[in-house]
Amino acid sequence: MGEARDGVKVKRVVFVTVGTTCFDALVKVADSQEVKDELYRRGYTDLLIQMGRGSYLPTKSTGDDGSLAVDYFTFSSSIADHLRSASLVISHAGSGSIFETLQLGKPLIVVVNEDLMDNHQSELAEELAERKHLYCARPLTLHQTIASMDLNSLVPYSPGDATPVAKLINRFLGFPEES
Amino acid sequence: MEKNSSFCFSNLSSNLPITCLITFITIFLHRVLNVIYRTGKPLGKRVSPQRPLSTLIVLGSGGHTAEMINLLLVLRKERFTPRFYIAAATDNMSLQKARVLENSLADSSETKGLSAEFMQIYRSREVGQSYVTFVWTTLVAMAHALWLMIKIRPQVVLCNGPGTCIPLCVIAFFFKVVGIRWSSIFYVESIARVKGLSLSGLLLYKLRIADQFFVQWPQLQRKYPRAHM
Repeated sequence: MGEARDGVKVKRVVFVTVGTTCFDALVKVADSQEVKDELYRRGYTDLLIQMGRGSYLPTKSTGDDGSLAVDYFTFSSSIADHLRSASLVISHAGSGSIFETLQLGKPLIVVVNEDLMDNHQSELAEELAERKHLYCARPLTLHQTIASMDLNSLVPYSPGDATPVAKLINRFLGFPEES
Repeated sequence: MEKNSSFCFSNLSSNLPITCLITFITIFLHRVLNVIYRTGKPLGKRVSPQRPLSTLIVLGSGGHTAEMINLLLVLRKERFTPRFYIAAATDNMSLQKARVLENSLADSSETKGLSAEFMQIYRSREVGQSYVTFVWTTLVAMAHALWLMIKIRPQVVLCNGPGTCIPLCVIAFFFKVVGIRWSSIFYVESIARVKGLSLSGLLLYKLRIADQFFVQWPQLQRKYPRAHM
């Protein structure tokens, strides 16, 4: 999978995204040697971190010395492009990021921010993890999750459909049924 | 005898404001109960199904807005016209997304882009704001919400969770009570809520302000039986 036809390694990008939040714990752990080594061992070549409003700056690396190439940025209007070109996405638990990634069919590890007061977001990640659509981790367990994950066991997510809701709204308001 | 009757009269006159007040409160409560009784009852077959309903769409941020757009994509626009979009004044992304949606509609059909309006509303409390200024900003936010609602007077309200929908829904309810405008309020709880409702959802459910209440997970529906899935 990581080999191109000519035998040269192709880029396999891990994209880390925190959305518009401030989630230094995730950026820090993604930049830790432990996690980077594990990602490299599993055949990933690039680590791209979208760090949002956080203040921790990862160490950039070109990856020439046989390790993971690391790059980061704060915000981008083209998150979708980064998601599309990624081989693995590690995301904060925002529902927007989660569903955007799942709808692109990308393997996803959601890292729950334990510092948030009202942490209902972990509910969604845990429920989707139970249904095997993604992996759910905490900053401290990300390393183990990467080491033990089996991407082939993930179940593709089929997006929810708003049609039943629309139908009930129409019926309630007395509009004739759609044919 | 004389003394006694004048005493009676003064007693009555001093009671008059109180009597008025009690009458007023009774009528008002009666209206409130009447509205609560009618809330959630389907409107019945429309006499003329072609007649569109003015619709207020309350946008949240990020995931909320994405979910709302998904719903709007499957609703027939000619039935929900004109559409008024409201987002928090600090949220520039959401209205932008709504504009993209409306522009794509205007391109794909003969429906004019004029059938949509975009508005911003002050929030009563921004994240991290101190509680000292909270009372003042709440008053400003309520006044602003009332002003917008008087202008819009929607027949349909669609919302899915941002806190900004609470003042708007309460005002819509108030309009029903005083007879300014009857509206149907639809609340779709965010898919991010798996085990419990958001504060907005809980308020609209418990106070029976929402006519139809939707949740997206079976475990939530078991907990809140009046919700639809």
